[in-house]
Amino acid sequence: MNRYPLWKYLLVGFAVAIGILYAAPNIFGEAPAVQISPVRAGLQVDAALSKRVTDLLASDKIQDQGLIVEPNSIKVRFANPDIQLRAKDLLQKDLGEDYVVALNLLSNAPSWMQAINALPMYLGLDLRGGVHFLMQVDMNGALNKAADRYAGDIRQLLREKDIRYSGVSREGHDVSVRFRDEATREQASSVIDRNIPGLLQTTSESGGDYFITVSLKPETKRHIEDFAVQQNITTMRNRVNELGVAEPIIQQAGADRIVVQLPGVQDTARAKDILGRTATLEVRMVDEDANRTGQPGLGDQVFPERQKDGSVTNVVVKKQVVLTGDRIVDAGPTFDQNQRPAVSVSLDSAGGRIMRDITRENIGKLMAIILFDKGKGEAVSVARIQGEFSNRFQITGMFTAAETTKLALLLRAGSLAAPMEIVEERTVGPSMGAENIAKGWRSTMIGFSMITVFMIVYYVVFGVVSVVALAVNLVLLVALLSMLQATLTLPGIAAIALTLGMAIDANVLINERIREELRNGTTPQAAIAAGYERAWGTILDSNITTLIAGIALFMFGSGPIRGFAVVHCLGILTSMFSAVLVSRSIVNLLYGSRRRLESLPIGNTDWHKRGASAAA
Amino acid sequence: MEFFRIRKDIPFMRYAPVFNVISAITFVLAVIFLSTKGLHFGVEFTGGTVMEVNYGHAADIDEVRALVAKAGFPDATVQNFGNAQTALIRLPTKEGVTGAKMSELVLSELRGKDPEVKLRRVDFVGAQVGKELVENGLIAITLVALGIVIYLAFRFEWKFGLAAIIANLHDVVIILGFFAFFQWEFSLPVLAAVLAVLGYSVNESVVVFDRVRENFRKMRKAPVADVINNAITRTISRTIITHGSTQMMVTSILFFGGDTLFYFALALTIGILFGIYSSVLVASPLVMYLGIKREDMVKPERKREEAVV
Repeated sequence: MNRYPLWKYLLVGFAVAIGILYAAPNIFGEAPAVQISPVRAGLQVDAALSKRVTDLLASDKIQDQGLIVEPNSIKVRFANPDIQLRAKDLLQKDLGEDYVVALNLLSNAPSWMQAINALPMYLGLDLRGGVHFLMQVDMNGALNKAADRYAGDIRQLLREKDIRYSGVSREGHDVSVRFRDEATREQASSVIDRNIPGLLQTTSESGGDYFITVSLKPETKRHIEDFAVQQNITTMRNRVNELGVAEPIIQQAGADRIVVQLPGVQDTARAKDILGRTATLEVRMVDEDANRTGQPGLGDQVFPERQKDGSVTNVVVKKQVVLTGDRIVDAGPTFDQNQRPAVSVSLDSAGGRIMRDITRENIGKLMAIILFDKGKGEAVSVARIQGEFSNRFQITGMFTAAETTKLALLLRAGSLAAPMEIVEERTVGPSMGAENIAKGWRSTMIGFSMITVFMIVYYVVFGVVSVVALAVNLVLLVALLSMLQATLTLPGIAAIALTLGMAIDANVLINERIREELRNGTTPQAAIAAGYERAWGTILDSNITTLIAGIALFMFGSGPIRGFAVVHCLGILTSMFSAVLVSRSIVNLLYGSRRRLESLPIGNTDWHKRGASAAA
Repeated sequence: MEFFRIRKDIPFMRYAPVFNVISAITFVLAVIFLSTKGLHFGVEFTGGTVMEVNYGHAADIDEVRALVAKAGFPDATVQNFGNAQTALIRLPTKEGVTGAKMSELVLSELRGKDPEVKLRRVDFVGAQVGKELVENGLIAITLVALGIVIYLAFRFEWKFGLAAIIANLHDVVIILGFFAFFQWEFSLPVLAAVLAVLGYSVNESVVVFDRVRENFRKMRKAPVADVINNAITRTISRTIITHGSTQMMVTSILFFGGDTLFYFALALTIGILFGIYSSVLVASPLVMYLGIKREDMVKPERKREEAVV
């Protein structure tokens, strides 16, 4: 009765083998490395770049420990952090313009392991050090800005259509338009309805004046909010590139928040500075006479302009601003009618009207788009006006598709769609991260050893089996966490320890049941079978209640607590497998085939026989 | 080796009123401490800034306090943390200064005096985020409690579910009572520990209830109190051993896990100790008082019974 079919042994063996394989990368540790990845999409990571890197390192006699070329980056491994830092500075100086050069850690696991995706666990910020920001997007601000824009649009539209109004003002997120008589209001209402989509109108009268209150439709509001968050994320991503972080995480959290995690960044002041920057875009006319003579006039300003060969030239631009970047609704790379790369730009309606007026008067002249960042301006595009623009137009004259992508990104992401505020910050120094790992693992190991000693003393051979099952549980849990690349935090390590402490419960239940059966006079083989069968229902019940708690924690916890919950839940699953299937397999292999089994080495169970009365 | 050589069933249920009085007193005390002293919430819940700085040599706490005050935060609390070299600075939220800026102001002031000072960690939480965490924590506890009652009602009987959850919520209140009485910091990891305890000590009740169900089938003639006494007696050995093993891990975290996990492990310790007591000696009498009968349990004939032997 205590024999498993072969497939069951094979299944257990296979699961354990896979577990060991995927848990293994964690013991190899990590080596300091430098990661080089392109700033923009068009740049190639190829043999030429890898040769450039090796040549650079060789020129300064920096020894590397191997170089890995990946589709989007090159990673170079070094012997120690000192060499890593030197290499980073060197590469940064030479490649810094076009590439992000960042410090990183690379797994020391053999490459065949990495080829089958056997990677070490992904450490959270509290273990590896770094900065975590939670930023709140000011939706109120975004909606105010939108309402302002609509107010401007309405004013312009009514003026264009020659409809007399006596006032347009923004009230909260609504726009209120005042008229002298009802007929004009009717007329205006239908004009607005036809020309500006996405708005709701309500009418009212007071003090002899007639009002239209224009509010944003719920879907328009939602669109504005989504757009604000998306654009801010794009902007953040660009800025983080500048910081040189190997594996930044920038993602939306809830409806109006953005999480920015920068592992390894220590200089939080600089990080905050760069993330909190407000970049702006301006469209201005080029002073072509001044450019020809090289003599900028009084109303001119000079900005650097990067050419396609990488050289920088100056361009003289008029001080007068045609348009600012917040009029840009969208921008994307495209191709013009001659199949040349171009950038399509959409402006809001007020921006479109300004653009139409300006371009009508300046066909054939040069126009520049200037990006102001960190207080410095740079001409990102200088293009000739080919015809009269509307609120949608194309910028041509770029040379490659990669350049159009970059320009589109800059246009779109140069500025924030809505102001942001840091509502949560967590900074962990690198030494503290390493300390946390050491303490976490040490306490786990000490606890594990104590349990091992106790179990073996108390349950003898069955104690050994329980400890082996517990060790398998640890291996499977680590393997699962590595496979899923779930973020391991310090509470996560605590959860590993706690899960192991709780998992032994299942084996205690089983062992106690077996003892009890033996005490009641059951034969050893039957006692094993009954012990496992009867304990199973209890194990299932008790694990499910624990799982309920774990899932609730996962749903409502945040940050490190979520890490705790993930490990806790996974640990419950692995412990059910190892405590029941793995330990039973071992017991079956040990005792299942023995026909004449007199007693089981599970500790003393016959004490009661000497007693006067047996337990009821 | 065996710790428990119990030959006769221990008449736990005879002493049930005594346990109930003990429970009632601790519970009322916990509630009193919670309502008078309140919990000392960590920065995650209240909002504000916590900074941990390391000097590399013994930190002069008074000097640090003076420097922090000079940086514009006279109401900050400064104390040693973990060891003499480390100072923990708590800054309350302040109008007009964004939270993220505060830590910079303080750090530059400290660096001005001693450039060696190293920032170990900063936690800044906005007041809004803190409020949401409190709400989410309460939702989580409610959901866990509901989930467990529903599961136990489905698996056993509603009386068991109700008894188990009353016993375990009583544990939670007692843990919180300890935190209120000693004014230990109630942080996010402590909340996680409380929830883990909630799931864990229900385990205990489940193990006893499983036996009660089994006994109802086997001990056809015995009165309910005897059935429960026998179930507790026969599981008590396992109860102590499992909890002992879990406590070994928790003790290890308590002493070797570092400051961040200290209160986490402390909450678990209290939870485990009271968990044994309440799930055995509070939940079982409750089931009895709720009027559990043999007919409640025996009607669904379980397959498991036949599968054995």
